[in-house]
Amino acid sequence: MLKTLDLRGLSCPIPLIQTKNALENAAEVQVTVDEPVAKENILKFAKARNLQAQCSVNDGEYTITIHK
Amino acid sequence: MQWVFIIITGIVFGLGAVLLVKAGNPGNYGFCAACHLRDIAGALGIHRVATLQYVRPEILGFVLGSFILAKTSGEFRPRGGAQPAVRFVLGALMIIGALVFLGCPLRGILRLAGGDLNGLVGLAGFAGGILAGIGFLRNGYNLGRSQVYSGAGNGVGYLAAAAAFVLLAGVVMQAGFLNFSAKGPGAMHAPLLVSLILGLLGGALAWKTRMCLSGGLRDFILVSDTYLLKIYGVIFLAAFIGNQYFGFFKLGFAEQPLAHSMHLWNFMGLFLVGLAATLSGGCPLRQLIMAGEGNTDAMFCVLGMLAGAGISHGLNAAGSASGVGMNGQIAVVAGLAIAAMIGVAFRQKVSLRTEG
Repeated sequence: MLKTLDLRGLSCPIPLIQTKNALENAAEVQVTVDEPVAKENILKFAKARNLQAQCSVNDGEYTITIHK
Repeated sequence: MQWVFIIITGIVFGLGAVLLVKAGNPGNYGFCAACHLRDIAGALGIHRVATLQYVRPEILGFVLGSFILAKTSGEFRPRGGAQPAVRFVLGALMIIGALVFLGCPLRGILRLAGGDLNGLVGLAGFAGGILAGIGFLRNGYNLGRSQVYSGAGNGVGYLAAAAAFVLLAGVVMQAGFLNFSAKGPGAMHAPLLVSLILGLLGGALAWKTRMCLSGGLRDFILVSDTYLLKIYGVIFLAAFIGNQYFGFFKLGFAEQPLAHSMHLWNFMGLFLVGLAATLSGGCPLRQLIMAGEGNTDAMFCVLGMLAGAGISHGLNAAGSASGVGMNGQIAVVAGLAIAAMIGVAFRQKVSLRTEG
């Protein structure tokens, strides 16, 4: 099941915590963030957990899809 | 590539801080986001302690270094609007706590690297405060969403950099609207150009590495990421070696420069900083960097820090070499209560799910 989260504008590290929580009960999570630091933290988290992650950028907004 | 930035950032902050002391800054006072802001508050007349007045170019360099790099890399995106008043209060609390300890967490590392063991006590408190802050975050604490400004609103993103530039011009020209200490710590400073260059370098690197003293431990706890912790390790080592080389190193608790040994209040002071920093999304240094890259919420936090310096010294609540008086102790306890109330009260329901 794909879970989609809009995490734009939330202060650090809330996007990361929400992404982590979402992955606990979904096999695939897609999040949208609009700060580079949130994007980097989420990608680092995915890498540390050996999860596959794809990131695309559109007008300063990052959409990251993470698979378990 | 990661290691290159870890080492360069560590050396600029660690060895750079020692060089600033060598060039004239007070002991273990090369970089400090809190004390240096307090000196700026004094220069602007926000507090009236005659010995603590100087517009520290290091701080201006942090803001401008971040601004220049954000601008040139295309990541300068003015934004804000997520409870600026609460961020102002959290900024004030951060500085009140930091001035009881006599330093921000960065200075905590630098103090420890100079042999001041009180730094260790403070950093333990800082870690405790971050843990408490994470507890609030896990229970749904948030300050809502910030918005990216568009059109004319974009201009407000430049305010922090513009203010830093005006202050820089003021300090270069020894302008009459600024106070300059004639004696005391405020009169001790490295040559302006040295302070500014190291500040700019530090600001640019802190922007690039997203350096945040509270973020380092937080990332480790939340996702086992050690990138920022490694930078702190290099800062410590670089400052330690520099202090040894110049003969600044002195191990112990007693008679350390701009420090006291009231363990409980060193611990509690930085505990308050750790908690308020986690609730506001970054340590004092990180707030300066974010303000430079156009985040007006962070700018309000910095303004709160300046006001907090005024409150702290106005109420005689700051620590000093002789320790922390009753007012300082009350201020820290009250600050913790206010931070906890903010942590409980602000749980804005933001709809995160868009589908699925």
